[in-house]
Amino acid sequence: MRVVIVGAGEVGSNIAESLAQTHDVVVVDRDPEMVDALTYSHDVLPIQGDGTDVDTLEEADVGDAEMVIASTDDDETNIVTCGAANVLGDAFTIARTKSPKYLKAWERGRHAFGVDFMVCTDLLTAEAIVGLAGLPTAQDVDTFVDGLVQMTEFKIPEGSPVAGQTVAEADKFDSLTFAGILRADEIIIPSGTTRLRAGDDVVAIGSPDSMRQFSSAIAPQEDGPQDIVIVGGGEIGYQTARLLEERGFTPRLIEQDEERARWLAEKLPKTTVLNSDATDQELLERENIGLADVVVAALENDQQNLLATLLAKRMGTDRAIAVVDTGDFSDLFEAVGIDVAVSPRKVTAEEITRFTRARRAENVAIIEGDQAEVLEFEIDAESLLVDRPIQESAADFPEGVVIGAITRDGERITPRGDTVVRKGDHVVVFAETAVLETVTEQL
Amino acid sequence: MSRVANGYVDYRVSVAFVGTVLKFLAVAPLFPLVLALYYGENPLPFIVTSAVMVALGFGLEQLRGDGDLGNREAFLLVSLSWLVVPLVGTVPYLVAGTGTVGSLTVGGFVNALFESMSGFTTTGATVLGTISVDTHGHAMLMWRQLSQWLGGMGILVLMVAILPELSVGGAQVMNQEAPGLSIEKLTPRIQETARALWGIYAAFTVAAAVVYFLIGAVGIAPEMDLYNAVAHALTTMPTGGFSPQGRSIEAFAPAIQWAVMPFMIVAGTNFALFWYVFDGEPRRLTDNPEFRSYLLAMGVFGVTISALLLAGLGLATDPENVAVIPGNVENSLRQGLFQVISIVTTTGYASMDFNTWHPAAQTVLLFAFFLGGSAGSAAGSIKIVRWVLVSKSMSRSLFTSIHPDAVHPVRFGREAVDESTIRDVFVFVMIFLTLFAASTVLIYLDSLRTGLELTPLEAMSVAIATLGNIGPGFGVVGPMNNFLPFSPAAKLYMVFLMWIGRLEILSVLVILTPSFWRR
Repeated sequence: MRVVIVGAGEVGSNIAESLAQTHDVVVVDRDPEMVDALTYSHDVLPIQGDGTDVDTLEEADVGDAEMVIASTDDDETNIVTCGAANVLGDAFTIARTKSPKYLKAWERGRHAFGVDFMVCTDLLTAEAIVGLAGLPTAQDVDTFVDGLVQMTEFKIPEGSPVAGQTVAEADKFDSLTFAGILRADEIIIPSGTTRLRAGDDVVAIGSPDSMRQFSSAIAPQEDGPQDIVIVGGGEIGYQTARLLEERGFTPRLIEQDEERARWLAEKLPKTTVLNSDATDQELLERENIGLADVVVAALENDQQNLLATLLAKRMGTDRAIAVVDTGDFSDLFEAVGIDVAVSPRKVTAEEITRFTRARRAENVAIIEGDQAEVLEFEIDAESLLVDRPIQESAADFPEGVVIGAITRDGERITPRGDTVVRKGDHVVVFAETAVLETVTEQL
Repeated sequence: MSRVANGYVDYRVSVAFVGTVLKFLAVAPLFPLVLALYYGENPLPFIVTSAVMVALGFGLEQLRGDGDLGNREAFLLVSLSWLVVPLVGTVPYLVAGTGTVGSLTVGGFVNALFESMSGFTTTGATVLGTISVDTHGHAMLMWRQLSQWLGGMGILVLMVAILPELSVGGAQVMNQEAPGLSIEKLTPRIQETARALWGIYAAFTVAAAVVYFLIGAVGIAPEMDLYNAVAHALTTMPTGGFSPQGRSIEAFAPAIQWAVMPFMIVAGTNFALFWYVFDGEPRRLTDNPEFRSYLLAMGVFGVTISALLLAGLGLATDPENVAVIPGNVENSLRQGLFQVISIVTTTGYASMDFNTWHPAAQTVLLFAFFLGGSAGSAAGSIKIVRWVLVSKSMSRSLFTSIHPDAVHPVRFGREAVDESTIRDVFVFVMIFLTLFAASTVLIYLDSLRTGLELTPLEAMSVAIATLGNIGPGFGVVGPMNNFLPFSPAAKLYMVFLMWIGRLEILSVLVILTPSFWRR
């Protein structure tokens, strides 16, 4: 498949990287240096030029491309690029936008602006934060089959009662499957006797409820967050608060700008908006930030986010989540004690990659460092699984594949050895990257 | 808005518009004129009134220059109209020369002015000694009813609906005249909005008349003939309260009393909401926070008083002409609800003489005087929306004293209310209450001077009944009594209270400030 990516920033090059192995990728960027850098780092065809310019798009041969991904940092440029690409051919267009206002219009028409799929960075980031804030110890959350099944990556903290237990001992939950354990950059497919250790990342697949239960089994001292404080009322902070309100939380939101604070307070009826500087220690003490269960930092830049979350941590907040603009800093943040760093660009790149891959599967989640994926398939007549008990078909699959969850007619079925999979069922599968191709064909 | 060259208010524009208003109002006396001819009564008062309106109207219109109707001229126009129209409205009373409002003396003129102002401002307080068609005639009592109907939705709203030249200043004019925080423009053109409001108002009036008449026609309430049905419909919808019956709604069967209640509730509701209902959005009415608070307030007050009446605690003496109340659920519920709805909507009808109530029940009712109906309705007094905003900003203050950095907008429903509106609401409530307190004192002092015996409760009820455009009060001014015993000076003061009460005080006070007249 020929894919044209417009914009070679962090998002664009991330997508290019993950698509280059299996597709012919053309990357367009205005910045000649970016283009040069790409030539050497990835196996892609770089073109220097303006993505909104029809001449450039023709040079990239958009007419023959099957997919155009507009991933620059500018919303309008991305939308115009998709619109122009629409005139030149019938490629599937994906636009990255920052502000949810374009998403709103697009969701009404589903083909507004000539965009076939729109990815809203700020909204995605907020969704990721809300997913993480709701589950202590969660590192990554993705949902499948319309929210029926959830994939969560948990980090087992020091001193957790689960540490040292075998998988069989820890798995007390009906609708939960331990799909994989990430330990020191290695993936272990757990069996009943595998022992969990502190510091492990456990990938679990199951019902959202069981995720919450497992979360409190890992860290029993926390009975789910009640008190969530968001620092910074930009678009991400606003969307996070809005989504938390939808889930029944009453968060607090600290915003420095008076007018913006007023605007936020008008838009968010259940949120307590505080108009102050987030690094004002007096305010943090007066508002007892130390007692908060979760502090989310979504300020202008990375330095401020780091400072705000470190302050909160020092005052005793249980869990700090920071937005990191520069994706490379994520590890650094987590190294100095921030519980989770969320990078909007990474989240976006992941979503777009997820979507391009999901053209084979129904939905995809990529596990940290691209070591494995969680995929959702709808079972058809040719599938290896169809009309056989899982026990039997399991032998035909390569190593490194775990069936995490099955749904039938909108209901979850817990996969057991004797479960017979039918046509039309949705299956959520964990697969190591090495065996992805095989699994995809077999299912 | 454009300003006049020298920076002063171009009063001639306002006065000329008052002339136009009068000219169009000259149609109004034709209705009682027809009645006078039908009943064989003296038609002269209405012919003279119509002639005076036309002549004065044309006279004043000669002042029109080329000035524009700006912001200040609109203020002046509204206040002036509401002074001139009731003045001209005294003509039929004076020409007819019947009863306490007909004598050509200072006292007689003050009485006529009181009756006329009470009519147009939909107050419903009366100085007619005996209210009877035998003394005054069918036509004259219908003129009284008609004056309330004209004043209810607003004379100037009517003018905006009719006159194309008010398309620019119209919104400004309506804003000053319509009760509530600000008018809601329903359509792109202000003229169509005014027409819509008057249309809804007229439609409900017709509906009320038909319902009253049918109940009378089927024999449940034989006293309710066509004349009474129309007369009462004309004062239900403007929340007026005048009745050609000396005993108000008590004169009719319980079925009529129940039928009047829903129409009073409608009259105290924001008419813009009905526009949405007829436009196919009934949820705009049922979800409206003011409408809900309004119903809740009437429910709470009504049930409280009904319970007092049912238990027998609410009565001090046995009322005349009314079936036994204590222990009778229907009767006590009807009497409790009717009086509360009548007072909260500032109508002023009575289905019994609440002077017979125990002071406990009377005090509960006194608080209901201050509520007022909804903004954008025909009701007077403070209005529910203001009370809701006041109580919400009080709880906001409590919250922000714990969280000093919190930004906490006051919400009305889902909408956040901006701070200047909150400030205006507080100013209004404060001025209203201050004026109420001062007026109570003044009325009390005047009663001492003239030797009229008043209790504090009665003095308070006089002040709020006129300032809130409600009508009856307690004691001497009870629903079956009248305001006749007061001195001419006190009556003139009450005319002033009714005038500024109808225009929500600030519209009038602003033209009394020096800065209004300066640059």
